Amino acid sequence: MANLGGKLAVLALALALPWLAEAAGYGFLTGVASRILIFGLAALSLNLILGYGGMVSFGHAAFFGTGAYVVGILSHHATLGEPLMTWPVEIGGTESALIAWPAAMLVAALLALAVGALSLRTSGLYFIMITLAFAQMLYFFAVSLQAYGGDDGLSLWNRSSLGPLDLGDDRQFYYLVLAILVVFLILMRRLIDARFGLTLQGIRDNERRMQAMGFPTLRYKLTAFVIAGAVAGLAGALMANQTEFVSPSFLDWPRSGEFMVIVVLGGMGTLYGPLAGAAAFLLLEEVLSDWTEHWMIVLGPLLILVVLFAKQGIWGAVEGWLRRSGLGGKAP
Amino acid sequence: MLLVLEQVLNGLQLGVMLFLLAAGLTLVLGIMNLVNLAHGSLYMVGAFVAASVTRLTGSFLLGLLVALPATALVGMAVELIALRRLYDRDHLDQVLATFGLILFFNELTRILWGPRALFMDVPAWLGGTVEIIPGAPYPAYRLAIIGVGLAVAVFLYWLTARTRLGMLIRAGASNREMVSALGVDIKKLYTLVFGLGAMLAALAGVMAGPIYAVEVGMGESILILTFVVIVIGGVGSTRGALVGALLVGLVDTLGRAFLPGLLKLFLAPASADGIGASLASMAIYILMAAVLIWRPRGLFPAHG
Repeated sequence: MANLGGKLAVLALALALPWLAEAAGYGFLTGVASRILIFGLAALSLNLILGYGGMVSFGHAAFFGTGAYVVGILSHHATLGEPLMTWPVEIGGTESALIAWPAAMLVAALLALAVGALSLRTSGLYFIMITLAFAQMLYFFAVSLQAYGGDDGLSLWNRSSLGPLDLGDDRQFYYLVLAILVVFLILMRRLIDARFGLTLQGIRDNERRMQAMGFPTLRYKLTAFVIAGAVAGLAGALMANQTEFVSPSFLDWPRSGEFMVIVVLGGMGTLYGPLAGAAAFLLLEEVLSDWTEHWMIVLGPLLILVVLFAKQGIWGAVEGWLRRSGLGGKAP
Repeated sequence: MLLVLEQVLNGLQLGVMLFLLAAGLTLVLGIMNLVNLAHGSLYMVGAFVAASVTRLTGSFLLGLLVALPATALVGMAVELIALRRLYDRDHLDQVLATFGLILFFNELTRILWGPRALFMDVPAWLGGTVEIIPGAPYPAYRLAIIGVGLAVAVFLYWLTARTRLGMLIRAGASNREMVSALGVDIKKLYTLVFGLGAMLAALAGVMAGPIYAVEVGMGESILILTFVVIVIGGVGSTRGALVGALLVGLVDTLGRAFLPGLLKLFLAPASADGIGASLASMAIYILMAAVLIWRPRGLFPAHG
């Protein structure tokens, strides 16, 4: 915790952001910041398998979208007053965050268990394509859900309810997302420094050796995959609340690509990289799309340049700078 | 019965188109070990160029003749400028960089041609129908696609198995350093192979033009199907690409045509339609999962 001061400063800035944005007359920035934090959470979960586990999953949007759909569908049934299913047990809709969000995580985790168990039989190129294909399969499944809007998606009447909080208020929602993200950053730090995380990184660097040392590598990888799926599901649940809308585009494959871009842009296998990447990506999108509607024509080549010349990512550069200037930072 | 035959032909036609894309992609994958997501963009470029030239000149054939070399040139330029630097990078880098290329190509197409879809007509000389089986007229154009695809399959077999170029391609796939030490300009060879792959993608794109809409994003939906084909067939195998493509084409088409009807035998019509439609769109992915459980490296793994 060499640069605790820096972390506290960033946290203070994040806490003050809604007031600063309001004071500067850019009130909409609070919503943008919420989006950044939610994307940061999703990228954080992908980073666990991509950065620390070396599993190039090209279907992470599937778990994100599943989480969003769970919240959307539960809320839809709560509005209609019809139960979701009556057999074998009756499950009604709900708008309660305490039920819907863990449900989103659970469903996403179960899905990740199934997808991971099949995909992790393969590796390398096959793994990339298979995760992509499974995500596409879910995308088409979502499109075929006529009862929930099919292609057009599903609008939520309300954001989830959580005790005395009013999540419909952008500022309160932002603070809740911030709190969740901080909790998951701490959990992530504990996880990757624990035996589990070290084993996972060992598997990334040399799976055969870890196998020879007696580690059941597949079980470790699958566990990481399921954890990542669950956290992505939570991010999706938050995103459904942020936009008050879910649609198949939540799990379409460009979204998976975006998550990967965010992780790499921020710095793979670093704790804060995904967050930095999410901020950079979404702010770049804001700025470029303000400048021209064809902003992707800039983003595309930029992405290629980052891959070719700046693979360490933003956080990698920051850490390098911190080290050189003697402010601490983690040893490589 | 006639309906089944017609749908089988439709499935073959989709399969053949997928084969044209998969053949180029699997060559690049097997030989240069490059995951090229932008392969679908070349399909799109081919279709757009052909649609424009056809509209200007009124000749489909001229559109085809311009689109093929034009797309090959675009492909080779992309290889020279960007992709060449990615051969010795890991798959993640390749995926990200070619994802960037997709964004670039889609936006460029939107700028050059606008956001609206273009439509191509079936050329008049292929506009009729043919009765291959008495009583079942089938569009001549779709039959022509099947014919062209099978001809390309034979050509590719001849090229890789019987010519000097094919020998070099195979040699380059198994040992790049050795081939280059023997005095073959491997870089030029790679660029050439990439151009060939781009041309096949363009051929698929041009032929798809009159059947599907020519629009931005058309490359991505078919690219993912192509990946499924390659995973089923085995990376780097042209034979696997052919078998996988026909399998995927047939399963997808027949599933969409008959699953809802089949389910009506067991379920209420309304739910049968819904479940049937969603099962049909997921069928090829279920097929892929089944193949992988049985053979994790595809049906015809090319190397070891």
